[in-house]
Amino acid sequence: MSILEVRSLQKSFGSTRVLEDISFSLERGQALAVIGSSGSGKTTLLRCLNFLETPDAGTIAVGGETLFDAARRASVSDAEVRKKRLHFGMVFQSFNLFPQYTALENVMLASLLLAKERSDYKQHRREIHEQIEHRAIELLEQMSLAGRMSHYPHQLSGGQQQRVAIARALALQPDILCFDEPTSALDPELTGEVLRVIRSLAAQHTTMIIVTHEMAFARDVADHVIFMDAGRIAEEGSPAALFENTQNERTRAFLSRFSQNS
Amino acid sequence: MTSLSVIFSSLTRTFGINCQIFFITLLFALPLGLIISFGSMSRFRALQYLVKTFVWIIRGTPLMLQIIVIFYGPGLLWKGTLLPRVTAACVAFVINYACYFSEIFRGGIQSIPRGQYEAGQVLGMTKSQIFFRVTLLQVIKRVIPPMGNEFMTLIKDTALANVIATKEIIMMSKEYATKGLIWPLFSTAIFFLAFCGILTLLFGWLEKKLDYFR
Repeated sequence: MSILEVRSLQKSFGSTRVLEDISFSLERGQALAVIGSSGSGKTTLLRCLNFLETPDAGTIAVGGETLFDAARRASVSDAEVRKKRLHFGMVFQSFNLFPQYTALENVMLASLLLAKERSDYKQHRREIHEQIEHRAIELLEQMSLAGRMSHYPHQLSGGQQQRVAIARALALQPDILCFDEPTSALDPELTGEVLRVIRSLAAQHTTMIIVTHEMAFARDVADHVIFMDAGRIAEEGSPAALFENTQNERTRAFLSRFSQNS
Repeated sequence: MTSLSVIFSSLTRTFGINCQIFFITLLFALPLGLIISFGSMSRFRALQYLVKTFVWIIRGTPLMLQIIVIFYGPGLLWKGTLLPRVTAACVAFVINYACYFSEIFRGGIQSIPRGQYEAGQVLGMTKSQIFFRVTLLQVIKRVIPPMGNEFMTLIKDTALANVIATKEIIMMSKEYATKGLIWPLFSTAIFFLAFCGILTLLFGWLEKKLDYFR
């Protein structure tokens, strides 16, 4: 069974249709790449999955549980949304690290706040804290940031900041990790180190949705690719099918524009 | 001829009234300013306009006039007893400064990038956790320079309390002046200068303290 099922998602901003009838599914352990030109709705799609935007129509289900149904949304409380969000992790284009916390604190903060809601928190405060810290250190080491744990975001390069952001998202063990153009704010040199980390996550079968403009990377790392155009899924398929044998005019036009530019 | 030490001790004592107004105003105007800033950013349009109109009236009229209205107003309206002078002055200062503070807070809060809120949201934080754990310190860092300005203006504005015959330092020194002794009035500058000097050091220290992040 698919871990993620999205059905007929629709979203408009005012009179502009941004997403139109988006349906797709994602298997556990797979990486999905979403490509398409700017303004095609890729980012809005990710934001809908993370409850940063509310779709006008459609459903989102994770592991068989319907998290969002536009037809029945009036009754959803803030607390429920908060819980549902945790199925998804999000890595932003502009990192959005918390500037007043060190790399380690950035990774630990949300876990600590969630732990405080546990009924046994007061009794086992120290153990829980140690567990969370241990996991955060492990994650940062995995991101090759062992020597940067007590650095503040402004003391880190863009690539390092983005890797801290990835560790921060992983700390909550989301079912699906979303990347919103994770390297668009980085220069080519730093892009490589972030892509390497995402590649290693794919090798460990982390379930991921990656919105990206890095075509070679998408082709390499993704199990499945979606090409979006004007708010719709214009084509989807395996990387080989999409990048090499596309029958779709728009996909071909988009890809050829890209190969000219790079 | 009044001795030098008597004059200075009476100036020091009355400057205590200025300091009292200063600290009481901060104590109440800072939290009230934060509440007003929330009102002016409210999603409920009616509340937002109400608060904005209030802020406009307070910032658009002289503080001296507000002090007079708050001191004499209740007596004229209800023929009741007047508030004690220092209390009336404090009420006027609290309302006036809360409105100025609210605009500074609003600017500070609105200057925090949306991404900070969104990052907190996707990490499952509640609204209050995002405010207290993520944005508040960043807001404080941003409002410190304009706040330093307001604090300095406030200590000097406390002299306006003499319009309702509050016996603060300027009032006191003017009494000497009417007796033909002008230098005590000039020397009050020393008190304000010293106070502002301490404020400058304090704010410099605070800014440095929050210099560890950007």
